[in-house]
Amino acid sequence: MTSDVLIVGASVGGLTVAEALRRGGHTGRLRLVDPDPHPPYDRPPLSKQVLTGLWPPDRVRLRTPEQLEALDAEWVWGRAERLDAAARTVELDGGRALAYDTLVIATGLVPRRLPGPEPAGAHTLRSLDEALALRHALPDAGRVAVVGAGVLGCEIAAAARTLGREVTLVDPGPVPMARHLGPELGGRVAALHRRHGVRLRLGTAVTGLVGERGRVSGVALADGEVVRADLAVVTIGSVPATAWLENSGLALADGIVCDARCRAAPGVYAVGDVARWPDPVTGVGIRVESRTNATEQALVVAANILGDERVHAPVPYFWSDQYDTKIQVHGRVGGGDRVRYLEGTAADDRFVALTESDGGRTTAAIGWNHPRGARTARAHLTAAPSQP
Amino acid sequence: MKVIVDEERCVGGGQCVAAAPDVFDQRDDDGVVVLLDPAPPHERAAAVREAAMLCPAAAIVVVDT
Repeated sequence: MTSDVLIVGASVGGLTVAEALRRGGHTGRLRLVDPDPHPPYDRPPLSKQVLTGLWPPDRVRLRTPEQLEALDAEWVWGRAERLDAAARTVELDGGRALAYDTLVIATGLVPRRLPGPEPAGAHTLRSLDEALALRHALPDAGRVAVVGAGVLGCEIAAAARTLGREVTLVDPGPVPMARHLGPELGGRVAALHRRHGVRLRLGTAVTGLVGERGRVSGVALADGEVVRADLAVVTIGSVPATAWLENSGLALADGIVCDARCRAAPGVYAVGDVARWPDPVTGVGIRVESRTNATEQALVVAANILGDERVHAPVPYFWSDQYDTKIQVHGRVGGGDRVRYLEGTAADDRFVALTESDGGRTTAAIGWNHPRGARTARAHLTAAPSQP
Repeated sequence: MKVIVDEERCVGGGQCVAAAPDVFDQRDDDGVVVLLDPAPPHERAAAVREAAMLCPAAAIVVVDT
């Protein structure tokens, strides 16, 4: 196969497509475009080992220079600003236009921001540079407020606490990671953070950041309280990076709308956090923000570019490391699911649990400091939709 | 082929064990990868490459020999 493949986004999804294409026999041109100045790097360690300083920044590189060289790809540093799907060209900042036969879009996410002004001392975390800026700022911070207790917010709170900062974690939900774990197991995350001295301010929305002389002085809550802080990290979710695709002809609906083979249009595929595709069982569109989905979907897309007709039907998986606790979830916990312990009990710091829906479906296998158990419990998952 | 694992990078997801159970296992306590066969035979090459690609920590390197 000698067609010209253009990959927009050189993080793990785009990189994996490139590698799988070469391995599968693609001998044509291969270009990867990304505005990030760093060679491809991994994001999960950014909120863990990079923030605490356990790893030097170079350790997050996904491949060695020799491995990247062996890929025989062209690396284009730039930001994609416009797609003309009919003419099959991508326009970059500065006006360069790149023509392609096959386009892979792997642009990932953009952190959501709070409304209102953003004083100095306000951080988001998606890129390596953002992680390094936060790491640089944390040692001098007196009080840290983390806005949003999802996976990322919880990991940042744990890292900041590990560095000895005074930390308040704020979220409108009843428990941290409520959407990922449900109320019971989310309650255990709350207990974990309390035990490590994090102040939790739950059940209250944040209305904005408060600044004094251009610097963060606190976080304003909907109930009128201001949480004092001189550093605020805003982790209130992300949106798919699709602004550049407006008017491109591609269908956008909280992500790039694809078919089950991850095709968005003739010759156009989407991979990773940015892609929305129909669940093979229900037909309902799903989008999965996780590290493992990016690679699994990349392998499907590469196979399809090479002429296969593979459907993407993953078991969602994510993990989170907070303090010395490792939480692993295979499947997807539903809002009203019951928790059933397979190994250990609700009182233990190490257990394996399943979550079950009202209909008796096993929706997720969860390991709490129990990686092996989580993996083997995955066999209990009911073959059924990954999202209701 | 030769397989190299980086225990410090490993996040204990077990994707490698699922992909190539004859080559990878994981420790009971922390789930860190255990390399059962550092020089797997040719017939396992595809599964081992898949394991390396799926590893969520890029902790597995495959070297062609």
